[in-house]
Amino acid sequence: MTGTRTATGPDARTPGDRGTPPPRTIRERRSALGLDRDAWFLLLPALLPILVLSVGPLLYGLSLAFTDAQAGRTDPTRWIGVDNFADLRYDTLFWDSFRIGLVWAVCVTAIQFALALGLALLLDQNLRFRWLARTLALVPWAMPEVVIGIMWRLVYHQDAGVLNATLRDLHLITENVNWLADLSLALPAVIAVGVWAGMPQTTVVLLAGLQNVPRDLHEAAALDGAGVWRRFRAVTWPALRPVVFSITALNFIWNFNSFGLVYVLTQGGPGGETRLPTLFAYEEAFRYGQFGYAAAMGLVMIAVVAVLLTVFLRNRLTEVDR
Amino acid sequence: MSGGTARSNTAPAPAPRARRRGLRTALGRAGQYGALLCYLVFLAFPLLWLVSSAFKSPQELGSVDPAWLPRHWSLDNFRAAFDQQPLARSALNSLLVAGTAATVSVLVAVPAAYATVRYRSPVGRATTGWVLVSQMFPFVLVIIPLFLVLKNLRLVDSLFGLILVYVVWNLPFALWMLQGYVRAVPASLEEAAAIDGCGRLRTLRSVVLPLLTPGVVATLMFSFVTAWNEFFFALVLLKSPEKQTMSVILTHFLGDEGAADLGPLAAAALLATLPSLLFFAVLQRKLVGGIAAGAVKG
Repeated sequence: MTGTRTATGPDARTPGDRGTPPPRTIRERRSALGLDRDAWFLLLPALLPILVLSVGPLLYGLSLAFTDAQAGRTDPTRWIGVDNFADLRYDTLFWDSFRIGLVWAVCVTAIQFALALGLALLLDQNLRFRWLARTLALVPWAMPEVVIGIMWRLVYHQDAGVLNATLRDLHLITENVNWLADLSLALPAVIAVGVWAGMPQTTVVLLAGLQNVPRDLHEAAALDGAGVWRRFRAVTWPALRPVVFSITALNFIWNFNSFGLVYVLTQGGPGGETRLPTLFAYEEAFRYGQFGYAAAMGLVMIAVVAVLLTVFLRNRLTEVDR
Repeated sequence: MSGGTARSNTAPAPAPRARRRGLRTALGRAGQYGALLCYLVFLAFPLLWLVSSAFKSPQELGSVDPAWLPRHWSLDNFRAAFDQQPLARSALNSLLVAGTAATVSVLVAVPAAYATVRYRSPVGRATTGWVLVSQMFPFVLVIIPLFLVLKNLRLVDSLFGLILVYVVWNLPFALWMLQGYVRAVPASLEEAAAIDGCGRLRTLRSVVLPLLTPGVVATLMFSFVTAWNEFFFALVLLKSPEKQTMSVILTHFLGDEGAADLGPLAAAALLATLPSLLFFAVLQRKLVGGIAAGAVKG
């Protein structure tokens, strides 16, 4: 302990000096990597499982992208370098699916955020029936993805679905629409479900963020004559912004990586119009057994998401450092 | 507070301006209720349809002109659902897996969140960075190696193996969420505790933890629901029907290409959401109460 302190401490003393040791500052009491024993004690229970079951397998998965690993093969797996990626470059089906994945993720995330912010601001007001909206807003969150998919299949159902029945009553359509099997309607229909499914989470997180907005500051601004918009810009938004960054970044990643909802709704159909890259890679890995090629697809997906999210990550890390 | 009353005493607003303001507030209120109504419709109508489909008779479900509510409420669909698939067993499996996974991951994440926020350290930064990075990984990259690892440990087709996976899978978001709540706890409170002679661990337990309760409850909720709802890992890792969780069993109702039997499908889907909803209803009150208490104390 003393050795490291004299070697690295800011007030390193001459070796001969053995006078009364100065009181140790908090900084000096810390040991390995800026963490003292208490901190390691707090951190290790989380760190170990993450290392063993998250970091390890993911690195293994990354390495699989450079092999010809297949399911149920007896030959040993060989390293084939970047062959998988060379194949992937000319796989137009994959790039179609990739484009669909981006459209899906961007649309769902943006619409979700706009609607959730509106709802959160409403729920933060002192309105009657607020409890009802609050409860209803939580319901989709508590529902399994599979159930949400099943439910919307019932809503979208061509003959027995309530959407067609309602639109017919309003005289907006004359013939029943097959929402999930129409080439141009399937993706928007699926996006609507994605928004519905993810809105509650975003709303709850934003609402929790709104609870941290200082009330007295709001009242003071109102007394000083600031209008609704002005108060939102000057008081609410600055307090909410970190929360907004986090939840938007996470929403985007989740949406890009989502699987179950579309799997239950359309299984990628019609004609691949809703085949998200996750569904594509799933089929490659578990229907055709091409583990290596599927892992390479995963790697490409990460690369693109990583680029898009660098801004968010940087933002987050500077916040941690502050 | 005192400033506000003083101001209204000394400078009363002129009457016309106040009236115009009153009108505007009334209009604003009406707009707010209108918006709230739109949200309620959007959120509620698929749910209502699910409930109504679950209670309709097969004849009504086949009708060309579907009605919003069943003309005759019937429980036949539920009976059929239990006959067709091992629903009760799968519900128990889901409860066991989700409950254990949520509790363990939150127990582990609370101290870690505190440590990563309050200590400036490369380890903390690496952990926080990994939290985001691991969320970016598409599940294909996760599931293939994880499947091989668990196979070597003989934990494929075992609920324990699935719990392990869920704990680790929940941890990043639990950590992320709790970090936000820890950061919201004023550091001055902790400094005061330190001056009074509290060690770090004592400070965490008696100063930070009580203020963190709403955050912990929210995180617990989130973890439970995530694990309960999770579909893909369960689909790949659990083979035998008696071990499968509810979301996997549900897909067995779907059949091939739209050939689904709508009634039992709706009934089973409705049942699968009930425990999770119940959990939410209980926790929601605690959550709101906790936030209010924290605000008064802070």
